[in-house]
Amino acid sequence: MSQTSRPFQLFRNINAKIASIPMILTASVVFLGGTIWTIVYSFTNSKLLPRREFVGFDQYERLWSTNRWIVSIENLLIYGILSLIFSLIIGFLLAALLDQKIRFEDTFRTILLYPFALSFIVTGLVWQWILNPDLGVQSIVRGLGWESFTFDPLYNADIVIYGILIAGLWQGTGLVMCLMLAGLRGIDEDIWKAARVDGIPMWKTYLFIVIPMMRPVFITTLVIIASGIVRLYDLVVAQTGGGPGIASEVPAKYVYDFMFQAQNLGQGFAASTMMLLSVAIIIIPWAYLEFGGKKRG
Amino acid sequence: MLPSAEPRGPKPRRRFSRRNIFIYGTLLLVSIYYLLPLYVMVVTSLKGMPEIRLGNIFSPPMEVTFQPWVKAWSEACTGLNCDGLSRGFWNSVQILVPSVILSIAIASVNGYALANWKFKGAETFFTILIFGAFIPYQVMLYPIVILLREMGLYGSLWGLVLVHMVFGMPINTLLFRNYFTSVPEELFKAARVDGAGFWGIYFKIMLPMSLPIFVVAIIIQVTGIWNDFLFGVVYTKPENYPMTVQLNNIVNSVQGVKEYNVNMAATILTGLVPLIVYFISGKLFVRGIAAGAVKG
Repeated sequence: MSQTSRPFQLFRNINAKIASIPMILTASVVFLGGTIWTIVYSFTNSKLLPRREFVGFDQYERLWSTNRWIVSIENLLIYGILSLIFSLIIGFLLAALLDQKIRFEDTFRTILLYPFALSFIVTGLVWQWILNPDLGVQSIVRGLGWESFTFDPLYNADIVIYGILIAGLWQGTGLVMCLMLAGLRGIDEDIWKAARVDGIPMWKTYLFIVIPMMRPVFITTLVIIASGIVRLYDLVVAQTGGGPGIASEVPAKYVYDFMFQAQNLGQGFAASTMMLLSVAIIIIPWAYLEFGGKKRG
Repeated sequence: MLPSAEPRGPKPRRRFSRRNIFIYGTLLLVSIYYLLPLYVMVVTSLKGMPEIRLGNIFSPPMEVTFQPWVKAWSEACTGLNCDGLSRGFWNSVQILVPSVILSIAIASVNGYALANWKFKGAETFFTILIFGAFIPYQVMLYPIVILLREMGLYGSLWGLVLVHMVFGMPINTLLFRNYFTSVPEELFKAARVDGAGFWGIYFKIMLPMSLPIFVVAIIIQVTGIWNDFLFGVVYTKPENYPMTVQLNNIVNSVQGVKEYNVNMAATILTGLVPLIVYFISGKLFVRGIAAGAVKG
């Protein structure tokens, strides 16, 4: 790795450096520069245009005293925790079923994964119709004669976030299933044989032997799901538009609305910086576990 | 399933064992759940409006009509324009083609430089790039507005192409770097001894060898860029809106009667491109997602 220092260091390997200019610009100007820019301007009172008039933590105080932001955070927490738990459990169970040397495995896998090819906008719209009380599940069940049946998650402020969760899980569990399946295939056949010889029941083998062995797969899946959750935006826009009222607002939508609709840039910057902070809380321990561990080992 | 001469393999299981009934039963039920939305979309898009008001969304059409599809494609209104999704479709194509070609070309050269021509500081930028993949887009939305405005690209299709290149770079560079690192070093050294330089080795040796990873990168980019909504909304003007944005505007417009059949036809049309990519590439898509995701 270490190269001996020679004169004209800059011109060594010049073609590789020229070829890397797009990457260097993206990493330094957009990713690093853009992030720092946003953090710095989150301490200003920018309105329609960015202004360099610093006001300390005013934007953050306002943010945390805004009801809509609090609702957004609560929604993201509910959606995030449940979607993590359910997609891991459902994804793993489906992968375990598909891993039983069954016939038509390709067909089943295709069916479970195809929603992942669809955009969140398409997903959101489809589930908006299925969950529509006048059109979808509720009207069907009522049509069957159960007149008092009520199932209108998207129109009930208390449970609207669960309606979004249903659509999110439908779109995303296929991917988790695929990753888990790849992980299960990586487990040595001998382990299963040994467990069978020892008379350990199947569910115990999964729970105490296979799942701990799949730790790396679980961690990457977790990171993928988590970074997707924070960005949750399209689905909400397509399914509810944040409604009813503000009941299904999420942070990403708060940022967009304040930056590009309400033209209150400072609020948008503060909110997006909070999003960055939450991601950092997830990513830094993971990066430490992944890369910090390897260096020592 | 051929009868073999010697006893081999596991003891044949009874086809209708309790275990099999459980496995296939569960998978069938789950499959129905996953297929239901697609079924609803297709069925509804083939019905006329009177039939939709009468029946339920799960019943098959009594009279099949393709009128909703025609309307969704060429007549539905978004804002002031009433030329349907066709405009958005062509916008999306115009965004997709250069975005995919440019981002993959650049990322492959980047990955190649990172794998075989390491220079001081390269790893630092690469690390920033990978961390950048986890930064919420919202943090970088506005700085990019300023950058595009300074370049005179804000609102144009090319501005959006540039944005897709930027945000596709981490995953693509990672894919190509990992792939090129796995190419045997002897090959690279032999080429250098023969006098091939940076570009010579890239075009004559690396490029011909890397078809599989190109396919994976193309699948990821095509589906990702086609399905994008946020960047389309933020960085383009209404006449340049990609298909997803137009679709949302058609369906969620507040005025007028909701034409569910037209809306569902529009939704299928928008989802068609990634679905076709998915069905054609089949196993490659799965492998691509697993590879791209496990390492990303």
